[in-house]
Amino acid sequence: MTDNKNSIDSQLITGTESLRVFEGLNRGMSRRHALQMLGLAGVAAAGAGSLFGAAGKLFADEQANPGKGKPGGRIRVAGISSSTADTLDPAKGSSSTDYVRHYMFYNGLTRFDSHMVPQLELAERIDTTDATLWVVTLRKEVTFHNGKGLTAADVVYSLMRHKDPITGSKVMSLAEQFAEVKATGTHEVQIRLSGPNAELPSILAVSHLLIVPEGTSDFNQGIGTGPYKVKEFKPGVRSIGVRNTGYWKPGLPYLDEIEFIGIGDEPSRVNALLSGDVQIINEVNPRSTTRIKDSSGHRVVDSPSGNYTDLIIRQDQMPGQSAEFTEALKLLLDREQVKSAIFRGFARVGNDHPIAPGARFYNADLPQRVYDPEKARFLLKKAGMESISMPLMCSPAATGSVDVAVLLQQSAKEAGLKLNVNRLPSDGYWSNHWAKHPLSFGNINPRPNADMLFSQFFQSSAPWNESGWKNPQFDQLLVQARGETDEVKRGKMYADMQTLVHDHSGIGIPVFISNIDGVDQRVKGYGTNPLGGFMGYMFAEQVWLDA
Amino acid sequence: MNSSTLWLIGRRAGAAIVTLLIVSMVVFAITAVLPGDAAQQALGQFATPEQVAALRVKMGLDQPGVLRYLHWLTSLLSGDLGVSVSNAVPVTELMAGRVPNTLMLAATTALVSVPVALILGIGSAMWRGGRVDGFMSFFTLMMVAVPEFLVATLAVLIFAVNLGWLSALSYASEITSPWQFMRTYALPVMTLCCVIVAQMARMTRAAVIDQLDSPYVEMARLKGVSAVRVVLRHALPNAIGPIANAIALSLSYLLGGVVIVETIFNYPGIASLMVDAVTNRDMALVQACTMLFCTAYLMLVLIADLCAILSNPRLRNQ
Repeated sequence: MTDNKNSIDSQLITGTESLRVFEGLNRGMSRRHALQMLGLAGVAAAGAGSLFGAAGKLFADEQANPGKGKPGGRIRVAGISSSTADTLDPAKGSSSTDYVRHYMFYNGLTRFDSHMVPQLELAERIDTTDATLWVVTLRKEVTFHNGKGLTAADVVYSLMRHKDPITGSKVMSLAEQFAEVKATGTHEVQIRLSGPNAELPSILAVSHLLIVPEGTSDFNQGIGTGPYKVKEFKPGVRSIGVRNTGYWKPGLPYLDEIEFIGIGDEPSRVNALLSGDVQIINEVNPRSTTRIKDSSGHRVVDSPSGNYTDLIIRQDQMPGQSAEFTEALKLLLDREQVKSAIFRGFARVGNDHPIAPGARFYNADLPQRVYDPEKARFLLKKAGMESISMPLMCSPAATGSVDVAVLLQQSAKEAGLKLNVNRLPSDGYWSNHWAKHPLSFGNINPRPNADMLFSQFFQSSAPWNESGWKNPQFDQLLVQARGETDEVKRGKMYADMQTLVHDHSGIGIPVFISNIDGVDQRVKGYGTNPLGGFMGYMFAEQVWLDA
Repeated sequence: MNSSTLWLIGRRAGAAIVTLLIVSMVVFAITAVLPGDAAQQALGQFATPEQVAALRVKMGLDQPGVLRYLHWLTSLLSGDLGVSVSNAVPVTELMAGRVPNTLMLAATTALVSVPVALILGIGSAMWRGGRVDGFMSFFTLMMVAVPEFLVATLAVLIFAVNLGWLSALSYASEITSPWQFMRTYALPVMTLCCVIVAQMARMTRAAVIDQLDSPYVEMARLKGVSAVRVVLRHALPNAIGPIANAIALSLSYLLGGVVIVETIFNYPGIASLMVDAVTNRDMALVQACTMLFCTAYLMLVLIADLCAILSNPRLRNQ
């Protein structure tokens, strides 16, 4: 136990992380009770240790050690955009700046940890036997910023309002699987899905499904249960959050105040960071990273993500119908060069399936496909296509695709294939060109789980099945995995699905593009999250200022 | 001020109302032609058709365009500018947060730029062909040619990032001391001055030179009047008309056309509000901003004309 404790301790960054570990070790005993006692009484370290064993000790140590996080201070943070469409309604969130605000002021039933594994948040436990009928037990003694206690009715309202078209929810299609959500007690909610989906806990962690008080219609007040309270919210200008002193996670958040603004122009954003006007920025261009590194007071945070730009080889028309041609093109992607030349190292090499290295359910046993123009030439010859000429559609709309296309053109020349790079404007690319040509590029943002990636972009019947790939075995596995509540078995299915996509689909994924944040050295506790920059938009609760 | 001046003001006011009406119609028509509407814009790429339809009804977009226009016009006449569709905040509230910022920036820039431009323009007209004039011409042409985003970015790099003297961002709402005011406004004002000083100075130079070439100035010179007196007493009053118009045009640019400067310095002014409004297809807000710009422009031109008339006895008594 001691060893275990130490290894966990060394990974700890923040109080929340420790809280999570504490909960993990305490599974089976009443977490509510433990939290309540620790939170209310500020139990002495020794007492807590004797009460809760190792986990309790760990938590108490965390509390007694101020080095982990220092309360106080004020920071200013700049996101990439700000407009009058800014909203505090989680359902309407449409940009990274919205998500950041939402995680400042609200909590979800679950939250993603730094490995995108859903952890319990407002839910004290989530139980199911068949992945269709779920029972969520809520934490007690959680209050909204207006003093109202969190109850089951709030959860029912927060989830069901997405099904009403008037809400204008961005995740209406995701919420359609909520066949019925009802309160079965003051702190117990029953969710019946229209079909089994073992990934419900990770769906509940998306920012759109954060919990708001029942009956809320004016969201500009930002009444939630989150770590900060709204002090000022001016769409298109700025938002200011002040520490929620009654936050249900003891000791959190650290900062007194966060001012959040948007600076659309990337050089201006970097300048604002370097001149000390802001302390955290996101979406730094790889080219600007040297400027930040050269400054002694700032650092670059490279956070690997699930975001990828992919080569789409339509499988329902020639030449993609030829399996040799498809494989040859995937072999012609010079992944290392894409990573180093185009993204300046701020990327991870991909293996032609949508699960990023290090992500949950990533199949590490699958051999990496490497750049091999010789084999590609052989395959093209075998298919009788060694001297054909093809147009390749790319656009600035799909991040980096123009550069990848030019690189691919050069490698293809070595294999005897002539590709004509056709650079299309961003405007209208998604509706008119994306996946509508034999060869084109797409860009897919990180999704909360493997199931969503596979069902939205690879299932035979999926509306965004980019390459028009149809594989009955894959479809069958996908449905089976959704109903499989055993994590290990489900992981095996996802591994098989990754192999199928890697071997047969018409998608080439050269790299997963990292998010790059720029952070003031004085800001501590800043980590990464594959969901996106700003620690998966959730930095507010976790960072502190060491000035 | 006599009756003919009042008559002019009255006539201009009448024309302004007609102009505003026409502009509002044109803006409404153009916004209607833009692809997508507020409902689609609010819901984004992955919206379902039912969602779009429901939101359209909620926003009142299901009604025909003419009806929506008339509705907007009638509520405008009763003093109601409407509600922004993208966040359900009254348009007046959104504007109230931004207009003072824009006015502040415009006023500060005008205070700095107009005297500088006049001195540069008149100076180079007086020493036409000399070294001062040559330098001024080169300098102003260069300023006109360099785009403002470059000026702004370079200025930030030098004064905010490298030297650390000034702030890279401008916050209109957090000013408590004159020093803070300087820090905040120095860079945007400097950038804007670069753009408009050049135009105003060149116009001033041209107008003054035009007068200096006329026979009456030659006569004055022959009488032995000093060079400074020739310019200030004889030529300048006759050049006020064109100079005032040049200044009015530059100032109207400050009110609505400074979106690049607002973006780079993250300054919450009215220009970026208008850009947001167009992006979100936020009809009421677009119209309100347009009306504001248009009114300001018409007023500035009217003031310029009045300056020209009042400064010139011949026009005054026509």
